[in-house]
Amino acid sequence: MKSRTVRRHIRESFKSLSRNGWMTFASVSAVTVTLLLIGVFIVIMMNLNQLADNIENDVEIKVVAEPGASKDEVQELLQEVKETSGVAEVQYSSRKQELESMIQSFGDELALYKQDNPLGDALYVKADDPKNTASIANEIATYPHTFDVEYGEGKVEKLFHVLKIGRNIGLGLIVALLFTAMFLISNTIRLTIVARRTEIDIMKLVGATDSFVRIPFMLEGVWLGILGAILPMALMTTFYSKLYSFWEGRLQNQLFHLLDPNPFLLQLNFLLLFVAVFIGVWGSFMSVRKFLKS
Amino acid sequence: MIVMKNVYKKYPNGVVASNGIHVEIEKGEFVYVVGPSGAGKSTFIKMMYREEVPSSGLIYFNNTELTKMQRKDVPYLRRQIGVVFQDFKLLPKLTVYENIAYALEVIEESPSVIRQKVTEVLKLVGLTKKTRMFPNELSGGEQQRVSIARSIVNQPKLVIADEPTGNLDPETSWEIMKIFERINAQGTTIIMATHNKDIVDNQPHRVIQIEGGLITRDENEGEYSNEI
Repeated sequence: MKSRTVRRHIRESFKSLSRNGWMTFASVSAVTVTLLLIGVFIVIMMNLNQLADNIENDVEIKVVAEPGASKDEVQELLQEVKETSGVAEVQYSSRKQELESMIQSFGDELALYKQDNPLGDALYVKADDPKNTASIANEIATYPHTFDVEYGEGKVEKLFHVLKIGRNIGLGLIVALLFTAMFLISNTIRLTIVARRTEIDIMKLVGATDSFVRIPFMLEGVWLGILGAILPMALMTTFYSKLYSFWEGRLQNQLFHLLDPNPFLLQLNFLLLFVAVFIGVWGSFMSVRKFLKS
Repeated sequence: MIVMKNVYKKYPNGVVASNGIHVEIEKGEFVYVVGPSGAGKSTFIKMMYREEVPSSGLIYFNNTELTKMQRKDVPYLRRQIGVVFQDFKLLPKLTVYENIAYALEVIEESPSVIRQKVTEVLKLVGLTKKTRMFPNELSGGEQQRVSIARSIVNQPKLVIADEPTGNLDPETSWEIMKIFERINAQGTTIIMATHNKDIVDNQPHRVIQIEGGLITRDENEGEYSNEI
């Protein structure tokens, strides 16, 4: 194809957008409304996912060393735990610190134990992947000088199970929404092309090849997608930034952190634009193909 | 230029529109195709630019056999044939100029050649003052002139017209006929399906009469039979 033909197709696709005013408006509105829905939903889902991550990352294993273990023995245990596969981070807390924190939590009555501290040194372990918590805990329990291992057995598994179901439902809904969007948008584009079926027939009668007919329609699909994506992208950017500064400013650390707008908004906008353009081109391609074949 | 050998066409609904047609049309001829409605005129014409494919038989256009032509080659055949329809078939969102230029754009002609050729045919059909108008702003006769201009801008060897005066008043019909005569005088073959007795009788050319999917009359300088 000659470069002047490419330029011609681009010019024609823009001309057609403006000359088919109402149809352009219908398609662009369909893209806008659907993308807004997708955008809002993705913001909610991604932040809920973030909340789930936060909860999961809070899960840790408390390893208590034998109360009578010597410093070397505790050091040995610490080394072993650190070398356990899947362990991300180990924090050491001496039996004295443990008692202090218990006194802080439960009151001064426990101060009596200062003379004869019954507690052992403790290690707080975080897993690379929170899902491996149970298996790591079980392994550490077998090490010498381990007195006790706590990680909320039973509850943690349940929590992970619930979070997993929640995530799967969210993912399922996003996929369903994307399909609905594809259907809605491509259907609108299809309708506008059906209305121009005669044009396609005439183009063929004058000797236009399939690609000569198809390319301007597909380019139109690209512009429709971009035009339809502008408003949702602008709205999502504005509102999410405002929400983020409000949330992080007033309710900092209270519940959980919203995803940082940078890079989240960039990723979201890119996704919206990609979905819009892809559906625009795909809708045009499928509709024109049908009429070219007939 | 066009040769049909034992062409038979049966539509899926059982209608036989062509029942063994043999015909030869030479370069430079002007041919009327006449016959009652539903006789098979349109099918006869459509098979020439491969809008319809015969069920059996052979069709040659300049020694190219059309029935076995692949779908991807059809656009290249159509660039050698100009087609004019009763309902004009103009692109509604393109101006007069753009409609005519479209036929040259598909063959990737350069903008300067397009400008020159479109201006020439606009002069030939007398529409130089309406180049920026859209089809719905034109009268039927003017739209038909745009359609003719588009069909000849490519300098095709053959122009096929399917009842080009069917929607036009007698005066406009004569103007359109004058244009076809002019094109024919320049050496272009013209095949025209028509119901217009006046035109056939007063501007005599070869007449092919089709009835029941068969050629029932083929005369040089024939008349539009009264029996139709």
